[in-house]
Amino acid sequence: VTAGGLPLPSRNRQPEHLQQSTNLADILERVLDKGIVIAGDIRVNLLDIELLTIKIRLLVASVDKAREMGIDWWEHDPSLSTGQRDLAEENKRLRERIGALEASRHADRDDDGADVSPKAPGRERSRQRDA
Amino acid sequence: MLDELVYLYAVGNAAVGAAVPTGLRGVAGAPVRVIPVDRLAAIVSSVDPHEFGDESLQRNLNDLTWLAVTARAHHAVIDLVWGSQPIAPLRLATVYRTDENVRTLLQANSDAFTSALDRIRGRQEWGVKAFAAAVPGQGSGDEEPDGAVGPGAAYLLRKRAARDRVLRERSKADDAAEGLHRSLSGIAEASRRYPPQDPRISGRRADMVLNAAYLVPDSDLAVFRKAVERGQPADLEVELTGPWVPYSFATLEEP
Repeated sequence: VTAGGLPLPSRNRQPEHLQQSTNLADILERVLDKGIVIAGDIRVNLLDIELLTIKIRLLVASVDKAREMGIDWWEHDPSLSTGQRDLAEENKRLRERIGALEASRHADRDDDGADVSPKAPGRERSRQRDA
Repeated sequence: MLDELVYLYAVGNAAVGAAVPTGLRGVAGAPVRVIPVDRLAAIVSSVDPHEFGDESLQRNLNDLTWLAVTARAHHAVIDLVWGSQPIAPLRLATVYRTDENVRTLLQANSDAFTSALDRIRGRQEWGVKAFAAAVPGQGSGDEEPDGAVGPGAAYLLRKRAARDRVLRERSKADDAAEGLHRSLSGIAEASRRYPPQDPRISGRRADMVLNAAYLVPDSDLAVFRKAVERGQPADLEVELTGPWVPYSFATLEEP
């Protein structure tokens, strides 16, 4: 079932040994880069579209680079593999854990630490730099 | 600001109206409808300017969650209609102010749309990805250094032999992929190559050595499939996706 709530037509018949998939990267390759290109009334800055295409290309070519750019939505896309979803959750847990550890260390060092709120570890990271 | 904007998915011939089921929803969950224009018809949705207006659209396109959801919805509408009628898909996020502007667009480009439809009618796009097959670690038997060298040198020689083997296998896979592409291009009417995808996106451990799209006439489909199956020597694992709406081959210009 797609995001639009439409069941994908099941007319894909493959020989057993050939895998088939409709993954997001395949769709993005096509709908962003291909298809008929006409300037609509709503002009999207072409430079931005180009940057976007480059981002997607980077994403498709190298997940690490995309991660550096903060692009990690596929980890949250339920249609991507379970393994990746587990990874995303594990990442989240680890990030929270690190945030909590950092926050408590920060609290230990700053005895008067009135502005330290260990309850919100995620928010702490940006403040840590000011300390 | 206008109350509504018009999102354009695809252009088909006049008969396309019957291929759009009632209740079909597209981007942002908006109902999908048809604007007939002479021999042609546009498949559209009315959308909210707060989501698809100038600034919002620009911003949303760079929000990759929005982009992913919208791309899937755009594709789902096009894919569904294509199942029964040939249509020329527009690139994601082609938005007009009014139905009238869409009519003007179709009238002004009527011949170009008609020939674009002719070029893809009766054809399917198939995606083919080939991966360098994981060859289980064969012993480096034939390259085992003889007893004349010390243990350090033997270690280095073994390392070098292993590295050379990986390079040889990769190069064999590259050659096999080129061969497969040549044979499929010979059957297909047209082909396009995409950059290889990262293993974590492709969901496969192996290196992708070919990522291509082929425009295949319906009548040659069986031959094409056979060629894909035959093109799976030991060095290559082949993944076939499709049939796709011919996104990669729909253009308003003569190719």
